[in-house]
Parts: sequence; structure tokens; C-alpha cells
Amino acid sequence: MADIADQTPERIPINLVVNGAGRTLEVAPWTTLLDALRDRLELTGTKKGCDHGQCGACTVLVDGRRVNSCLTLAVMKDGAEITTVEGLAKDGTLHPLQQAFIDHDAFQCGYCTPGQICSAAGLLAEGRARDADEIRELMSGNLCRCGAYPNIVAAIEQAMSRS
Amino acid sequence: MNNFQYSRASDVADAIRLLAADPGAKLIAGGTNLIDLMKENVERPSRLIDISRLPLRDIEETADGGLRIGALVPNSDLAYHPLIEQRYPLLASAILAGASAQLRNMASVGGNLMQRTRCAYFYDTTTPCNKRSPGTGCSARDGLNRNHAILGTSTSCIATNPSDMSVALAALGALVHIAGRTGERTVALTDFHRLPDDKPHLDTNLGSGEIITAIELPPQGFARNYSYLKIRDRLSYAFALVSVAAAIELEGNAISEARLALGGVAHKPWRSPEAEAALRGQAATPDHFGRAADLLLQGATARSHNGFKIELARRAVVRALIQATNATPQSQAHKKIA
Repeated sequence: MADIADQTPERIPINLVVNGAGRTLEVAPWTTLLDALRDRLELTGTKKGCDHGQCGACTVLVDGRRVNSCLTLAVMKDGAEITTVEGLAKDGTLHPLQQAFIDHDAFQCGYCTPGQICSAAGLLAEGRARDADEIRELMSGNLCRCGAYPNIVAAIEQAMSRS
Repeated sequence: MNNFQYSRASDVADAIRLLAADPGAKLIAGGTNLIDLMKENVERPSRLIDISRLPLRDIEETADGGLRIGALVPNSDLAYHPLIEQRYPLLASAILAGASAQLRNMASVGGNLMQRTRCAYFYDTTTPCNKRSPGTGCSARDGLNRNHAILGTSTSCIATNPSDMSVALAALGALVHIAGRTGERTVALTDFHRLPDDKPHLDTNLGSGEIITAIELPPQGFARNYSYLKIRDRLSYAFALVSVAAAIELEGNAISEARLALGGVAHKPWRSPEAEAALRGQAATPDHFGRAADLLLQGATARSHNGFKIELARRAVVRALIQATNATPQSQAHKKIA
């Protein structure tokens, strides 16, 4: 899709605050937030999996809420604050969820992991999950084809108990 | 995705004006369904009119004791709103049975009503589909139709409406507030979606220049005896094979009021006045529930792969009514069916 966008002269200027830093860029209307992050801002931590909102690999936080960046147009998020997996660690210290994923070996290939961690950060902020069943239900938008689900749930439980 | 123009509406009147100025334009709010359909080339709008910043995000009590919900309230905010949790838990439960946490954060209430079928042939632009390309035929009738409709179908289309939220809204007797060039109007949710008949390209009765501004819930919320039971191929994040919204009022063990709506079985949420009338005044027993289920499913017909839905729906209706009677509604997180 970035290729198509590059063929047209049309550009709309937008401002985003990405991981705490103000960024100004011009986007075609059909540029998704995912493509803007990966191809324009070179933040490739956010992954393109299905590109249809079915796998959750592209999950980022927009104004603190977890969303599928592949189903969001960048131009519609003008003025928004975006947090990607690159923005979770602070001052060289991993986010508690990042540490918990390491502690529990909560991945195999790692492709879904940025989306899993951003989604889990959104889940913790929402404060709706109280037990493992509720974590599983509220994380169902993030698929892991390696099947690391038990360790992902354990990692989130750890981060939840310490937050 | 095709190239398109982008406009940001400044208010509802501006959105209506922009719609009138460009017949190929579409409104976009959450975008979760529309952008997906654009990526598949099923939708090719000439212009997207961004309404996501319009002030349609309030949830207010109405004079008669109901609630008016702005069309741009995100699905998650509606499901978790204290007044919905307390007074309309059937609606909260149905919303939480649908999609994923991310999609519920993005998707608007109005957009949920406007989402299109997930019929695989509708999505596949290499196959005939009367809904996508009127007059080309229906690939599902004699194709892979396991997920398709058993009620209200036509020779043109056997697609289902995918919304869970709409099933609860149908049971609750919700109204849809609509604005257009000639002013505002209100339609019952049960009249908002259409049956396919010979015009399956029309999902709803929303006019081409109109915009949904709000949904209104009547005062009666059935907060004690209700259940939303959704049966699907995996336990979460899948569309319904069959879903049931059941809501009753009990006086002792006698049913004084009953609402039943089915999802996953028709082109719109499926209600039957006869089925609900058959429950009123009756004891809340599985026999009576079965009789109501038979009335609700009257006229159901199957194609080659979806015949199982008829019996599945019958059993799901009985089970949901038992759950409602016992005040043990189906949990959307703890999956065991009580």
C-alpha cells in the first residue's frame, strides 16, 4: 500500500505524538496508521500480520487505548498520542510486561509479541481483567500461531499482580 | 485500497452536505469494517467523510426513563458504562460477546449497525454476489453455506447480519435516530435492517444521504432475567453460528413479559411476536421455552451445509431462557454454559 501511496502527489499534513516525541508528516488519505509507523517513521516494532484486524500483531495504543493500527487511517489520528512497543521501556528499564514476557518465555518466534505486549498494556489500563479466564477473553484479539498462550497469560498475570 | 478524497465533517449538517455533494462518498467513524472492505476492493468509495470528531459521544437519560446513546460512542465504552451495566446488562453482554477488545475500542455504535455481512462470497470479488454486484447471482446458495441464514432468506441472498449488539438492541426494542437533508426521523431497530428480498445490496433502510445520530433504549431493561448466549466455532473472537438474546420478566414463576431475538440466522436480528406472545402468562418451564423456540424458528429452511443451525438455535433458545429464568446469564469470559 505504501507503494501506491508514493505514486500520488496528494499529501495531507498531520501531527502525531509518537512515544512522547512530536512528529509531523504528510500522508496520503489511504495510508494506515500501521504503514505510517512502519514505513514513514521507521518504527518497525509494530508488526503487519494479517492487515485485516484479525490477528492483533499491529496493536498500538492511541490516546492510551489499544487499537488495530492496520484498520486505522493515519490522517484520522491527526493530533493523537501513539505508543508503540518501542515506547514502553523507560530510561533503559523494560516495561513490567516486557520483563514478564521474558521471565515467562511468553513467545517463540516473537512476531506477535509487540502486539501482545501493547494489547496487554491496554488491558492493564482498562482494569477489567481479574482472573486468567478474563485475561484470555480480553486478549482474544491477539493470535499467537506458535501457541505460547499459557505463558502469555502467566506473564500478564505477573505484570497485573505487580501493577 | 482505491485512492479516495478525504473530508473531515465539522458537524452533522456538514456531513449530510458532504454526502449529498458526492454520491460515491461514505461516512467513516471507527473504520473497522469499512477499511477492511476497502482493502478487499469490496468497497471503493470516492471520498471518505470523517465523522469521528463529531460531538455524538454522550449517553444521556431520556425524559421517559430510557437512555439516548450517541452514534459515536465506542462499543467498549457503551458495554462498560455504569448505566448500561446496571440497567441494560443484556446489551453490555452482547457487545462483549463480539469482536476483540481492540475492535470494540475503535468501533462506534452507529458503525456497528452499519457493518456488512461476513459472507465469504461477498468478500471474494472473483465470485458472483448479488449483495456486492446486483444481478450477478448468489454463490452461497449452492456453495459453502455453513454460516448462512436459515430465516428470511431469498433466492437472491442468504447472508447473515454479523452484529451481536444489534441482536440485543432488537430484543430491547431500541430506536435508531437518523438525520438527513429533510430533517430527523426515528425508526425501530427491528425496522432498520432489511431482509434481502430482491434487493440484497441494501442492508438497511438508511437513506443514501442520511446519518445515524443516536440509539435510544426504552426504560424497560430486563436487568434481572436475561442472557446473551452466543454459539460459535471458537470460544472468543468469532462470529456467531447462532446467538440468542433472551429477556423476561417474572411474577413468581410466571412470565409476564418476554423478548427473544436471534443472531447469526438471518439478514437482520430475528424476532417473532408469536413466540414472545406464547411465553406471556406461561410458567417458566423448558416445555414452554421449546414451544416458543419452535414459533421463533417457524419457516426456517436450510441449504446444504447449514441445517444444523435449526436444531442448534432451538436448543440455544431454550438454554438462554433457562439462564434468564435462573438469573444466571451467560458469562462472556467464563465459557462454561450453565
